[in-house]
Amino acid sequence: MSPSAVLLEVRGIRKSFRGLRAVQDATFDVPERGIVALIGPNGAGKTTCFNMIAGALQPDSGSVTFGGKRIDGWRADRICAAGIGRTFQIVKPFPGLSVLDNVIVGALLRTGGMDEARRHARKVIDRIGLGAKADLPAATLTLPERKRLEVARALATRPRLLLLDEVMAGLRPTECDQMVDVFHELNGRDGLTILLIEHVMRAVMALARQVIVLNFGQVLARGTPAEVVRDPAVLGCYLGEDAEV
Amino acid sequence: MDALTVVDLTLAGVLTGLLYGLMALGLSVIFGVVRVVNFAHGEMMTIAMYATVVLFTWLGLDPFVALLPVAAAFFGLGYLLQRGLINPFITRPEHSQFMLLVALAIILVNALLMIFGPDARHVQLDYLLEPIEVGPLLLDRGKVAAAGVAAVTAAALFAFFRFTLTGKAIRACADNHLGAQVIGLDVRRLYALTFGLGSACVAVAGCMMIVLVDVTPTLGPGYTLLAFVIVIVGGLGSMPGALLGGVLIGVSEALAGLFIAPSAKSMFSFALLILVLLLRPQGLLGKSA
Amino acid sequence: MKAERRATVLLAVLACALLVLPAFANPYVLSVATLILFFAYTGQAWNVMMGFAGQLSLGHSLYVGVGAYVAAGLFFLYGVGPWAGVWLAMLACALLGAVIGALAFRFRIAGVYFALLTIAFAEFTRIGFDHFAPLGGPGGLFLKVEQRQHLDLLALRGPPAMFYYVALALTAGAFALCSRLLHSRVGYYWQAIRENEEAAQALGIDVFRYKMLAILVSSSMTALAGVFFAFYYNNLFPEQIFNIGRSIEIILGPIIGGLGTLFGPILGAALLTVLADSSTELIGALGWDIPGVKQVLYGVVLLGVVMFLPHGIWPVLAQKLGLRR
Repeated sequence: MSPSAVLLEVRGIRKSFRGLRAVQDATFDVPERGIVALIGPNGAGKTTCFNMIAGALQPDSGSVTFGGKRIDGWRADRICAAGIGRTFQIVKPFPGLSVLDNVIVGALLRTGGMDEARRHARKVIDRIGLGAKADLPAATLTLPERKRLEVARALATRPRLLLLDEVMAGLRPTECDQMVDVFHELNGRDGLTILLIEHVMRAVMALARQVIVLNFGQVLARGTPAEVVRDPAVLGCYLGEDAEV
Repeated sequence: MDALTVVDLTLAGVLTGLLYGLMALGLSVIFGVVRVVNFAHGEMMTIAMYATVVLFTWLGLDPFVALLPVAAAFFGLGYLLQRGLINPFITRPEHSQFMLLVALAIILVNALLMIFGPDARHVQLDYLLEPIEVGPLLLDRGKVAAAGVAAVTAAALFAFFRFTLTGKAIRACADNHLGAQVIGLDVRRLYALTFGLGSACVAVAGCMMIVLVDVTPTLGPGYTLLAFVIVIVGGLGSMPGALLGGVLIGVSEALAGLFIAPSAKSMFSFALLILVLLLRPQGLLGKSA
Repeated sequence: MKAERRATVLLAVLACALLVLPAFANPYVLSVATLILFFAYTGQAWNVMMGFAGQLSLGHSLYVGVGAYVAAGLFFLYGVGPWAGVWLAMLACALLGAVIGALAFRFRIAGVYFALLTIAFAEFTRIGFDHFAPLGGPGGLFLKVEQRQHLDLLALRGPPAMFYYVALALTAGAFALCSRLLHSRVGYYWQAIRENEEAAQALGIDVFRYKMLAILVSSSMTALAGVFFAFYYNNLFPEQIFNIGRSIEIILGPIIGGLGTLFGPILGAALLTVLADSSTELIGALGWDIPGVKQVLYGVVLLGVVMFLPHGIWPVLAQKLGLRR
């Protein structure tokens, strides 16, 4: 079995906001075709990492390498064109457009004509399970549906790496399992690499092959899900130093 | 054109500028706190000017006295306007807010036109005719008095925001809308209060402005623009900035009138606005974004 | 597709009515219709920037004025006909739009500040032209009208019906162009930017580029309105053509009719012009011949629409007519 190539290399990235160090020297790899979860308590710096990888923020220092190319400092649209799709923790749908049109916007990145984009968008919507609502305005969707729309839109850009920011939040267990199945399929069948931030442990255990734990902006632990949930340092940061386990 | 004329003009510009600054202060307070683009600001100033004319011609009330009831009336009207009409629009998209106030401005300007006609009105105060001599310099007595009132009003407003509990509450709202609500401040009432205060400022500025210039209904839009230029140049959220901006504009208008042509003086102000928007959008004394 | 069939039928009916109108209308109605079309066209041009891409310009009179003065100036000073002058007019306006756009978008000026920037440019230009003697200065620029009888399309001289058809062609062309744009990649990207800029960027859209495109299209389209204005009215005054009241007039139609829609600007222009005219009639009949009454009515209508029909009248109307869900 050949070792998988590293698709995303994050080396020592840092970000401070007016003196508050949000992320300090975060270093981790995401292998090609891998599924890596980024977990940690609230305020640990996970979304800031995402923002730095996706180009919404520029790292103060450090490097981000994607498919062998340095992408830190690139603008968000350029990074998306390079093959990284992302969702937002606080969903940002296009409320005035229909669900289908929302996803078409994503699809237009890689397709030439409108018809092709529309077809691709429909396929993605059906796969995600929003097919019935395709022609409704995005503003009418419930929050879990909006999260699915975020994913569909990002998927429509045909990314190599998909950054998922807490997409399972608010989903019922069955809905969560459905999403997990979709991601497994995208990963297994289409070779999509996934880096996800997640609090819903059900999804983390089911999806991730590697887990990275962040706390106070630093990488606290890394390993397989089974290893990480037993790590005393990790438990300490979630439950408190004095917790008896 | 000698140095003395330039100094005279500059001083005149400073004095008028203080008055502009007061008008802009009203807008700065409104825009800075309530975040509403008050496109009817200049029209409110014009109404205050007309109100002073009316009180002067019918009741013989001196503008320096009339400014008290006019300011009080404007405070009340501003409060009601915010509470009744504008509050529901806070959450609406920006262009909706603009259009609301643009509509209001259109109604106000043309209502004035209907009531007073297009001819200019003025207030003549004989005791202000004699200029004040300070050494070799000649200062217009009216300008000095008006600037004085402007300075006092501005100082009173500063004191209110600095030292009173309500003033601090309003500043809290401006800094952090959600946070202010969370700690229990009645934001809508405070917004209305702020609009009232801003309107009162404009009213005082108007009462004083009529002492210096004639009023026609179409002055409104020009003043609105001027107020915005001053607020942006001086810095949003900075009260001293509004006064500084006013003085700068006053001086530049005076000097531009001398060196280029009187009718071109506004060009300077707009050029200044464009420059500030590009190079230092937070304004001279504003906080960096 | 019942709704689409209905829409096509209604559109065809409207088109026919507009085409034959000059045969049935008296000169007054014809001039009102021409005015409606002028505002519909200009509103549509502004709608591209605001309704599609979400950039609020309150200084669009700048482009009408510059377009008008460039074409008129070329005619007045060098005898250059409107069909040649229009290219330079469009170029000038596109350049101005590019400058404003580049300054604003690169320096991250948005929302209120952008609107104020556009006003500042318009005002600056107004005062500039007021002092520009070669083009008449404040006294105005007057174009010679050779004749009003026979059709001379090349010189844009002829009977009022000619101007009506030119305005109709412009409006129809704008409608077709906007329809095309709206359903293309450009249109989708514009709307994405309008709805949520950050999300749009995360989907690979070069926001700066598309915003610039919107302002370029909008400003060059508006230039054409200016050229039409110059050769229709034949007198230009900086105070009138550049003033902020004009800018507001331009945006009233689309806002009342419906931002971001194709029919909104046309409907809005029609409603406003009819309102203005009938109120003038009504006021005259009632003997309230005081200047300002008409505008107060304008303001009240605008206030009403803004408060109760925030998306404009067209979406509501379209639903009633069964053209939309």
